[in-house]
Amino acid sequence: MEATSVPGGRSVLERSPAARLPDQALKWGLTGLAALILVLLAYFFVRLIGQSHNVFSRFGLSFVFGNDWDVSRDIYHGAPLVVGTLITSAIALVIGVPVAVASAVFINELCPRRVRAPLSMLVDLLAAVPSVVYGLWGVFVLIPKLLPAEKWFASTFSFIPFIGGGTVTGPNYFIAGLILAIMILPIVSAISREVIATVPSEHKEAALALGATRWEMIRMAVLPYARPGITGGAMLGLGRALGETIAVVLVIGDAPVIGHNLFNQGYSLAAVIANEFGEAQGLHSSALFAAGLVLFVLTLIVNIIARRFVTRGERGHAGTGATGMTIAPAGEGG
Amino acid sequence: MSVTGLGPVSARRRRIDQAMRGLLLAGTVIALIPLVLIIYYLLLKGLGQWTGSFFSSDPTGSFFGSPGGIRSAIFGSLEIVGLGMVIAIPIGIGVALYLTEYGRESWFGNLVRYFVDVMTGVPSIMFGLFIYIVLVLGHVGGAFTGWKASVALALLMLPIVVRSAEVVLLLVPSSLREAALALGAPRWRVVTRVVLPTALPGLVTGSLLAVARGMGETAPLLFTTAGALALTGNLGAQMNALPLQIYNDILSPRTALQNRAWGAALTLVAIVLIVNILARAVSRRSRMA
Repeated sequence: MEATSVPGGRSVLERSPAARLPDQALKWGLTGLAALILVLLAYFFVRLIGQSHNVFSRFGLSFVFGNDWDVSRDIYHGAPLVVGTLITSAIALVIGVPVAVASAVFINELCPRRVRAPLSMLVDLLAAVPSVVYGLWGVFVLIPKLLPAEKWFASTFSFIPFIGGGTVTGPNYFIAGLILAIMILPIVSAISREVIATVPSEHKEAALALGATRWEMIRMAVLPYARPGITGGAMLGLGRALGETIAVVLVIGDAPVIGHNLFNQGYSLAAVIANEFGEAQGLHSSALFAAGLVLFVLTLIVNIIARRFVTRGERGHAGTGATGMTIAPAGEGG
Repeated sequence: MSVTGLGPVSARRRRIDQAMRGLLLAGTVIALIPLVLIIYYLLLKGLGQWTGSFFSSDPTGSFFGSPGGIRSAIFGSLEIVGLGMVIAIPIGIGVALYLTEYGRESWFGNLVRYFVDVMTGVPSIMFGLFIYIVLVLGHVGGAFTGWKASVALALLMLPIVVRSAEVVLLLVPSSLREAALALGAPRWRVVTRVVLPTALPGLVTGSLLAVARGMGETAPLLFTTAGALALTGNLGAQMNALPLQIYNDILSPRTALQNRAWGAALTLVAIVLIVNILARAVSRRSRMA
């Protein structure tokens, strides 16, 4: 088709170089934006290490394992923070996960179809409550109302180590853990519902056809199939709990010591940053950045493991699409 | 093992079944109790605060006399989140477009997807810390400013926008893209005239959910805008915001301020809920179309 070429020697079917420009610009512009995310994350990591370098070169690993956080003597051994973070998150998992999974199973397998959507929406609504509001509620309602019950519990079960015995303070590990449990409930429940919904109805029908009761069907067909996904959801919840700041700083007591039992005051990594950064200078502020670095690495590891479980749980069986999305904003929905 | 065939379920198994069903129901009820309690206390303690002057006056900051209202906090929040939206939504949708239009299977696309996932799990305080280290300590255009809070919130919203936008863009049928390309449309026209308009309602929903999330965050604001009393339209100055106002009022020993915290919290929850409902309304409309 000689006649169809234009001056410049290209076919009319080809676009002129100028007309191709916007395409190239779009492609590389979008690629640049995508690359920007990676660059930002890497840059943050480097800057955080740079800022906390002082503390790590001074205290080394005892920043994480030493038990002495004293601003007045400029000594920063952060075990009280790490322990507080881990204890409160553990409490959150122990309380939050069973409740979340129970609600997910109930909503998916037992409740009438008509109330399924409204019930899920109500559970999701918990995620729409800002953390400062949880803190407000914790400080002025939960702490005063639960104190008598906690005192009774601590004296009745005083023989159990770490739980009973010692003094009971208003703000304490248990209250912080309880609030965290409420905060992780919607995301764990949402992911569990998502995974339970992928259980093939053939499995469930087979169990029922063999004469299983509803509960036996849930125990033998639903839960084993959904276990990896539920584990992943719980780990994502753990990631949330580890990094939660404002609600925890208000109800944990902000005392840089390792509490002797569940109802003692403590501190957490995120709480110390929010609470002390205002007056921090020099080594102190470097210590707070180091606390941030420890928290960042901790949540990163937990999240990476969680992703493994969730993708295995959802994609491992027969592939059900829409994997990642259900995780990202599910907790925020509401 | 009975060989009688379909006999009735034994009493023991039936009891266990009943008990476990009851337990699962109890779990669901327990899950809903905190929601009911929080809403109850918000209404009980917050509604009384909602007077005309509560919304039309700024916090006075003086220890005696009237504590003032929350006007500057409401507007500060809207301004900060508004700018954050303007930053996060175009970038987020751009990254999602890259992931669906160019990087579906490529290693780079998968890498970006993975790190966006990782970013959704980064605690909000880390974004505040990041902006604090880079922009506040670096004294880029002053120390604490409103726009730095916007950037921190934008970072927080970004992964949410990307993930939700990607899912919606993937739902746009390939046949639409192919039809446009076959008609001779260049790629950028396919994206701007076919892909984006088709996915628009879903994109709006995802963005609004991200905005609702950003609205309630306190920790990133603490490190970036640090709060103020007076109403200001200047994003280059320190600004007040609802979550900050609530946080500071909780820490105050004065009952009047603590009461104001309840009123402000009710306002914040109401705003977040309205944005959420809007998001849902948009996505519902798109499903009918």
